[in-house]
Amino acid sequence: MEGEKKEIAKAYEKYARQFTPKPDYLGNSIKAFLVGGVICTVSLWFQNRLTAGGMTEKDAGIFVTIALVAAAQLLTGLGVFDVIAKFAGAGVIVPITGFANSMVAPALEYKKEGPVLGVGAKMFSVAGPVLVCGISSAVAVGIIYWLAGRF
Amino acid sequence: MIRKKIGRQSVVFTESPCITGRGNVAGEKEGKGPLGECFDIVLKDDMYGEKSWEKAESKMLKEAMLKAAARAGKTPEDIDVMLSGDLLNQLMSSSFTARDTHIPFLGLYGACSTMTESLLIASVLVDGGYARHVLAGASSHFCTAERQFRMPVEHGNQRPPSAQWTATAAGAVVVSAGEAANLSLKSRVYAESATIGRVIDAGIKDANQMGAAMAPAAVDTLLNHLEDTGRSLDYYDMVVTGDLGYIGKDIMMDLLADAGLNKKMIFTHYDDCGTMLFSKSQDVHGGASGCGCSAAVFTGHLLKQMEQGKIKKLLLMSTGALLSTISPFQGESIPGIAHAVSLEVR
Repeated sequence: MEGEKKEIAKAYEKYARQFTPKPDYLGNSIKAFLVGGVICTVSLWFQNRLTAGGMTEKDAGIFVTIALVAAAQLLTGLGVFDVIAKFAGAGVIVPITGFANSMVAPALEYKKEGPVLGVGAKMFSVAGPVLVCGISSAVAVGIIYWLAGRF
Repeated sequence: MIRKKIGRQSVVFTESPCITGRGNVAGEKEGKGPLGECFDIVLKDDMYGEKSWEKAESKMLKEAMLKAAARAGKTPEDIDVMLSGDLLNQLMSSSFTARDTHIPFLGLYGACSTMTESLLIASVLVDGGYARHVLAGASSHFCTAERQFRMPVEHGNQRPPSAQWTATAAGAVVVSAGEAANLSLKSRVYAESATIGRVIDAGIKDANQMGAAMAPAAVDTLLNHLEDTGRSLDYYDMVVTGDLGYIGKDIMMDLLADAGLNKKMIFTHYDDCGTMLFSKSQDVHGGASGCGCSAAVFTGHLLKQMEQGKIKKLLLMSTGALLSTISPFQGESIPGIAHAVSLEVR
């Protein structure tokens, strides 16, 4: 009975897929590549300016990161980040700009529910799972790396 | 003693419950759509002068209710019962509207099928002699629905082509007992019969495939309605589903053709509110959805057409996807439902 239900669901899903237009994977990838590339190029240019001014490469990297986060936060607050992300997709979501947006968006949204139980509680609603999974997998990979180094 | 039930799922109204008033409010984007001219109030911004989107949705519903009552020539004191629902947890918009109107209130949840559900129960109450005037309505708001069911509005992401756009809209009607109806109206719209839908789950798990999840329920309700009443599809000038959208509408038409209905007849007699509210250039992907979609299209466009005599017999079938905010994460598929109310001009 349960199996039969699953089979019907699978068949219907397949049937429904014929009616569903496919996302434009190639076009979206090209857009993401171009916009992501522009962000990286500008960041690198900015970093080079800073190191040319006498800053160490490490410090310059931190400044660039801060600038990217600040820019993404400002654009989210102005209500244009989602418009850019709709066009560029992974191009702005994968760099740290996406991470900044995923924290500012809920912070803006839950302002009405108060600074503690609204903003405080919901700020990590999108970024939280990413952090938990990211840190967990980093620990797992770290253990494997450590073990591999012992033999 | 059961005199008004026919077939397995349907009821007939014998005392001519009449739609005496209609009112609606639509959002800015909806106002720019092909039906923009039809709406009573079009918002200039989605906050509607309020401090939160929830408050804005509540105000929209209230304005639609008051407009419907005013068209019927009634004040809130004349209304016996108010029936309404929305998509928010604990029916926030509806309950908070009822807090202001002070009309005896029954809250309904049928997801996006709520407009037809409230109209159906209003007609039953009036037909059974339990009420003279009943307000029935529903509302939805893009921003309140997004934050509850999906992501924060300013979150940057790409929606798949099948995703539907929750309408920012509210609609309401006054259903009155036949003898209490305002006789000065030229053509009067009566609720004639109705079919209560069953929950049908075809197993779709993707919350961005609402149309496909709801279409089987709409097909089930329509076929049962036709069987219970002994009618053919062309008995109606128009059969409209609530918010199947472009994909769901195509599936519905295909499934109906599979069930043996005449393809040409389906093409000329069937449409979907989710494909009527926005134009394709408005970037809404799969079409419109939400309680407000069928509520606004019905009260703004379809009822107007009936008053003008352009549509004489209408079958309104709002469709609902009965998922919760947690059910998709528990691996549940999306149950669908559709109710039908047959309306005619006499």
